[in-house]
Amino acid sequence: MGIFPPPQRVWWNQPIEKSEVMWITIAFIWALVMFFMMPYWHLVGEQNLSNEAYKIKPEVYAEKVETWAAKYTVREEGDTGIPVVRPPAGSDVYMLGRLWEWWPVLELEKGQSYRFHLSSLDWMHGWSLLPENINIQVHPNYEMIFTVKPTSSGEFGVICNEFCGIGHHTMVGKIHVVDK
Amino acid sequence: MAEFRTCPDTGFKIDLNADKLIKWNAVTAVVFLLIGGLFGLLVALTRWPAVHLLDADLFYLALTAHGLDVLLVWCIFFEIALLYFTSAILLNARMVFPKIAWIGYWMMLIGALITNVAVLRGDSSVMFTSYPPMMAAQDFYLGIILFAVGALLGCLVFFATLHVARKEKTYEGSIPLVTFGAMTAAIIAVFTILSGAIILVPTWFWSLGLLSHIDTIMYRVIWWGMGHSSQQVNVAAQIACWYAIAAILFGAKPLSEKVSRTAFLLYILFLQLASAHHLLVDPGLSSEYKIFNTSYALYLAVLGSMIHGLTVPGAIEAAQRKKGLNKGLFEWLTKAPWGNPVFAGMALSVVLFGFLGGISGVMMGTEQLNLITHNTIYVPGHFHGTVVVGTTLTFMAISYWIVPTLWQKELVFPGLAKWQPYLFGIGMGLAATFMMGAGTLGVPRRHWDMTFADSAMGFDFPAAANLMMGLNGVAAVMGSIGAAIFILNMVGTILWGKAKVPAAAAPAEEAPAEPNVTGAATSYGSAGTMEVPGTFVLAMIFLVSFVLYYFVNWKYLSSVWGLS
Amino acid sequence: MSDFDTGPGGTDEKIPFMQQLLDSPLLLLVIGIVSPMVLYIVWGVMETIAIPLAQ
Repeated sequence: MGIFPPPQRVWWNQPIEKSEVMWITIAFIWALVMFFMMPYWHLVGEQNLSNEAYKIKPEVYAEKVETWAAKYTVREEGDTGIPVVRPPAGSDVYMLGRLWEWWPVLELEKGQSYRFHLSSLDWMHGWSLLPENINIQVHPNYEMIFTVKPTSSGEFGVICNEFCGIGHHTMVGKIHVVDK
Repeated sequence: MAEFRTCPDTGFKIDLNADKLIKWNAVTAVVFLLIGGLFGLLVALTRWPAVHLLDADLFYLALTAHGLDVLLVWCIFFEIALLYFTSAILLNARMVFPKIAWIGYWMMLIGALITNVAVLRGDSSVMFTSYPPMMAAQDFYLGIILFAVGALLGCLVFFATLHVARKEKTYEGSIPLVTFGAMTAAIIAVFTILSGAIILVPTWFWSLGLLSHIDTIMYRVIWWGMGHSSQQVNVAAQIACWYAIAAILFGAKPLSEKVSRTAFLLYILFLQLASAHHLLVDPGLSSEYKIFNTSYALYLAVLGSMIHGLTVPGAIEAAQRKKGLNKGLFEWLTKAPWGNPVFAGMALSVVLFGFLGGISGVMMGTEQLNLITHNTIYVPGHFHGTVVVGTTLTFMAISYWIVPTLWQKELVFPGLAKWQPYLFGIGMGLAATFMMGAGTLGVPRRHWDMTFADSAMGFDFPAAANLMMGLNGVAAVMGSIGAAIFILNMVGTILWGKAKVPAAAAPAEEAPAEPNVTGAATSYGSAGTMEVPGTFVLAMIFLVSFVLYYFVNWKYLSSVWGLS
Repeated sequence: MSDFDTGPGGTDEKIPFMQQLLDSPLLLLVIGIVSPMVLYIVWGVMETIAIPLAQ
C-alpha cells in the first residue's frame, strides 16, 4: 500500500501492468504533439507574438509617441479630447499605457500590417483588445514591437487587465478599423 | 528522548512532538481557509454585476487578502502538517529537531499575520503578485519573507527526519510512495522558497528605500518561480494524498511503484519550469525560452500528471476487483463508498482537477494560445480548477480521516459531511467553469467594474459575459456554504467531538479496510493481463476531451487578428 | 515486517541505479533545485539582461 514501504527490497524490476504501458505510450505521443504545435504554428500560423523589445526611459517613449501622434492626428474622439491618430497604411503605430488611459485612439486600415509599439509610462498594464481577446503584458521601461494585421473592421475596445491601482477599471482605449 | 503513543486505529507509532505539530499546523491552516475564503466570497459577490458588493478600494484589498490567505497560507500550513505526517508517522520514526519545527511554525504564523495586517490597513492592495513598480508597505514583503523562511524550516525538519529514520532503520527498504510524493512536494517547496527569497528580499529593500529600482521583467521571471511553483507544491502534495486515501480506504497498492515514482521524478525535474506560463506575452524573452519552459520540457511533467491520473483510480479499481467487485467495467466504481466524504472528496477532486484545472492549464500555457487568455478571468477559472477543486478539496477529504484519527474523536456532523464534498466540489467547479467561460469573452481578471461605468470611452461586453459572472457568483455562494460546513465540522469535532470508542470495540468503522491490514489488495507484476479496464476507458474519455478542447482553442486563435 | 520480500538474490541482489536514485532524497533535492534554477531562472534572467537599449 502507498502508505507503507514497498514490500520488495528491489521493486524497480517489477513488470509493469499492460494498461499502464499503453497509457504512458499514448500520453507521451500526445505530449510530443502538443510540444511541436508551438514551433509548427511559428512556421504556418498567423498569430505569433514577436519578442522584439528594447529598454527605454518612459519620458523618451512618451516623447516619441507624442511627436508621432501630432503628425498624424485626424480628429478628436467624440468629446473626450483624446486625439484619433491615423498613420499611413503599413507604417509604425504607437500606443502608451498610463494611469488610467491607453493613448491615443488609433484608426487603422483593415488588411494592412502595422509595426505596433507598446509601452507603459508608470505601472504595469495589461493591453487587452476586445472583442478580439488579444492580451499582452505591458511593462514600463520596455518598448515592445510586434506586427499587427487587423482582419476585421469596426470599433475595438482596449481595456486594461493588469491591476494598476484604484482607477484600473476606468482604463479604456479604442482602435477604429476602417475598410479601405 | 522522543516519546511515542500508538494510534489505536492504525497501529502507527506516533511521536508526540509530531502529533502536536501536525495538529497545530492543520488547525492554523483551517483558520486561514476561513479568513481567505470569506474574502473570496466578498470578491465573487463584487464581481457578480447585479450585486457589486464592495467599493473599488475594498474590492482590491479583499482580492489581495484572498490570494495570500488561501493560495499561500492555507495550502502551506496544511502541507507542513502533511510533511510531518508522512515523515515521522508513516515511517514510525522520531521527529528530528522539533524545536526548529516550532520556530518555523511561529515564523509562518507571525509572517502571515504581519502581511495580513499590512493588507487590511489598506496601504498594500497590490495583489498577491505585488508587481513593481507599484509598491506595498515594507511589512507586506517582510511578512511573506518570514512566512517563507518558516516554511523552509519545516522542509528542513522533514528532510532531517527522513534521513534519521533511514539511518535508524525504522522501516525496511524504500520510503512509502505517499512519503515519496510528499518529498516531491518538499523539494519543489525548497525551490519555491529560494526563488521567493531571491526576488522578495531585494523588493523589501526597495520598499525600505535601500534600492532604487526593481526590473519588472526580472521580477516577473523570478517571482513566478515562487508564485507558480508554490502551486506545484500543492499538486504534488494533493497527489500524495490521493495515493494515501486509496491505501487507507481500499488497501490499494500502487499498480507499479516504478511508474508512480518515476512520474513524481518527472515533477521534481520539470514541474517548476511551468512558471513560464505567466511570461508568454511579456516583452523580450525568446520563443525558445518560452516554449521550452512553458512545456515543462516536452510536456514531461504533464505526462507525469496523466500517469497519476491513471494509476490512482487504477489502484482503487484493482483493489476493488480483488474484493469481488468484478462485474462489467464499472462495478468497482459504482459500489465505491460515495457517502464517505474521504472517498467522495478525493474522487471528485481527481475528476475536477483533471478536466477543469489540468486541461485548461495546458491549453493556456501554450505559447500562442496564451494570447487569447492572458490576464482574462479565464486564468482564475483555471486555478480555481486546480487549487480549489483539486488541492483544497483533497485536503478536505483527507482531513475527514486525519482529524478523527489523530484526535481520536467522532465527527460532530457526519450527515453534513456526507454532502459537503459535493456541495463544495460542484459549487466551486461551476465557479471555475463560469470564470473560464467569461474569460473566453475577454472579461478581465482583477477588475472592479466590467461595465466601465466611470470610463470616458467604455466598452460593452456581450450579455453572456455578464450572465456568466452572475452565475459565477451563485456558484461561489454554493461553494462557500460547502467550505463553511467543512470548517464547522472540523472545528466542532476538535472542540466538542465525542471521544472515539477504542477501535477494537467499535462495531463498524467508517473506513472499510483498516490501514494496518495487509493482503487485501492486488499484487504486483501482473503484466500481460488488462487489470484495470474501467480506469483505462475513463482515461481515454479524458484524453479525447483534452485533444478536442486543445484544438478548438487553436481554431479560435486562428480567427483573431494577425500578429507576428 | 516479516513478509518483506528481499527478492530472488536475497539481500545481495544489486539495487538498480534508478531505484538508488529514487531512494536518495538529498540527491533528488539537489537535482530539483538545480534543474529549474538553470533552465528557468538563470536562462530567463540572462535573456532579460540581454534586451538591447532603444536607439
